[in-house]
Amino acid sequence: MTEKKISIRVPVLARVEGEGALELDIENNQISHLKLKIFEPPRLFEKFLEGRHYTEVPDIVARICGICPVAYQMSAVHAFEKLFDVDPGPWVHAMRRLFYCGEWIESHALHIHLLAAPDFLGYESAVAMAKDFPEEVKRGVTIQNLGNEILRFLGGRSVHPVGAKVGGFFHAPDEQQAEALLEKLKNALPMVEKLLPWLSSLSLPDSNQQFTSVALRHPADYPFNEGRIDSSDGHNISAETYSQHFSEHQEAHSTALFSLLDGKPYLVGPLARLNLNFDRLPKHIEVAVLAAGFKFPSTNMYHSIVARAVEILFAFHEAIRLLENYTRPESPSVNVTPKAGIAYGCTEAPRGILWHRYEVDENGIIQKVTIVPPTSQNQARIEEDLKQSIMDFGLDQPEEKLRLHAEQVVRNYDPCISCATHFLDLRVNRL
Amino acid sequence: MSKVKVAVHKFSSCDGCQLAFLNAGADLLLLSELVDIKHFVEAGPVDEDAEVDIAFIEGSISTRKEQQRIEKIRQQSNYLVTIGACATSGGIQALRNFADGQKWLSSIYASPEYIDSLDTVSPISEYVHVDFEIWGCPVTSKQVLTVIRSLLSGVTPRDTTEKVCMECKRNNTVCTLVTKSEPCLGAVTKAGCGALCPAFGRDCFSCFGPAQDTNTSSLANRLAGFGLSSEEVCRRYQLMNNNAPVFRNICVRVMGQHND
Repeated sequence: MTEKKISIRVPVLARVEGEGALELDIENNQISHLKLKIFEPPRLFEKFLEGRHYTEVPDIVARICGICPVAYQMSAVHAFEKLFDVDPGPWVHAMRRLFYCGEWIESHALHIHLLAAPDFLGYESAVAMAKDFPEEVKRGVTIQNLGNEILRFLGGRSVHPVGAKVGGFFHAPDEQQAEALLEKLKNALPMVEKLLPWLSSLSLPDSNQQFTSVALRHPADYPFNEGRIDSSDGHNISAETYSQHFSEHQEAHSTALFSLLDGKPYLVGPLARLNLNFDRLPKHIEVAVLAAGFKFPSTNMYHSIVARAVEILFAFHEAIRLLENYTRPESPSVNVTPKAGIAYGCTEAPRGILWHRYEVDENGIIQKVTIVPPTSQNQARIEEDLKQSIMDFGLDQPEEKLRLHAEQVVRNYDPCISCATHFLDLRVNRL
Repeated sequence: MSKVKVAVHKFSSCDGCQLAFLNAGADLLLLSELVDIKHFVEAGPVDEDAEVDIAFIEGSISTRKEQQRIEKIRQQSNYLVTIGACATSGGIQALRNFADGQKWLSSIYASPEYIDSLDTVSPISEYVHVDFEIWGCPVTSKQVLTVIRSLLSGVTPRDTTEKVCMECKRNNTVCTLVTKSEPCLGAVTKAGCGALCPAFGRDCFSCFGPAQDTNTSSLANRLAGFGLSSEEVCRRYQLMNNNAPVFRNICVRVMGQHND
């Protein structure tokens, strides 16, 4: 029997946030080795938070990720407020939902148009795509910028915004600013409504897989900041008991820790969120999704991009609803008195649940920190998906096609490797 | 005439400064017509070895591999610009330089021997010559596009000599240090953010790094006068630009006085 011995090395996966690599060994037409390698250098945030005051935490943890700083700020402020027994009131709750709408819109629009769409239309980048699809790319950057405007409204700037604090916000914008933003969002709605029909025209691949979805679930609302951790396997747990079910471990090929649920890979992010919370969307959005020909829950990972578009549509309507009721409060925050104990927070970052745990002393000084970002939670699932997807695609496919396919599979997860610690370099060895 | 070739390289960072390009919207599309973007992994084009006219560098150097990469990039780039606190001063992760980095690694990773890590986190200028520095955590699209515009016009970019205080005055923002006794660092911080924090009623924590001609020790005394302990004064300076020499030195001085 002649053994197939081909060694292929492809250096970089583009259009993901961060630095990773993929190693694939094919031996006798079987995958003998497949690793998603993450070699983003560790930055050790959990250690230099020790000794800091709780008030310093929101601005420090924001620096873990430039794409989703608000998520880090929200998981942190919720954790401390729960431990300190503080309820900042309805205005702050509403504005935190609005803040998160801004971040989901910005992050999802960036992913759909600048990172993912070139795959489906056959371009190297959105800039190359813009020559033939100027309307679509322009729409993408316009929607992304409106997300950023929401972030600036409450945070002063979109990357590492400075508005959030434990107890509320530093500043409440005035009614005129709210009015002006509302107007812009309303004017953009027709553009946003084109997203789902456009995606349904792209003929996305069909790749159905078995996986466990994990997301927050709230008694009434589509989840941003609040709710219990739910799974498609029937879990319903609090942030406090997270570590009884989820475990993290290190593997030699990655600077991001791997996370498992009851010993198994699982999915977090827009698709998991929508799979578990489709019934929490307003009726008219459910109707728009069905009208575009999509159904949730879905086991097709290519529906991740659709889930992002659904969440953009939802976030626009939610932001408009919140701004229509906007009034400037007397104070944008409440007073906080620290207490010793362990603070747990879990909110829905654009890429999925983001879990924080802080040990705090009676003066509010941080003693110990654990942060579990969405991408490290998806790491095991991405490897599992790749194995199946590449087998289904055909191991005898030419190297270039294999690489493009693998990259596309990875991009469905919109991995943020600077969160998980970031860059993809696909190495295929056929032995 | 062939277009100016540009590359954007990422090192240890949060990716936030690359968003100065990706969030630029219509300006990003215009930029892509004015220049030839050879390498920008997050946006799509990949050619790490490309010879370019302008290289933008995000992130600090924290591994041996990064050290080798930056040395090679310097050789193939005509004009090298650092973007952001990480590339320019080491960033927040340079806090590791104040502690035992290896000990930290082993408290997070069960097998620290798999992790490629240098003992210190350093700005780009520690390893190679930097032609222009853009400070900020994060930098803004305006800062980055202004530098590109200058270079395309054959003009050497100029750094601001202003401090955040000037921006506050122009915005008619009431001084947080004088009127609220907040430990504001605006008086020693480079302008550029638009004085966002004071406009929100909070004290500046120096995302944009030390300005020229700063009197950090006088400000440290003022903060101590507000009742901040030496550690608290030090922690104000030990954020995004903790490794900038001016800020590092004031911490050493403040903590030294404390130990005496």
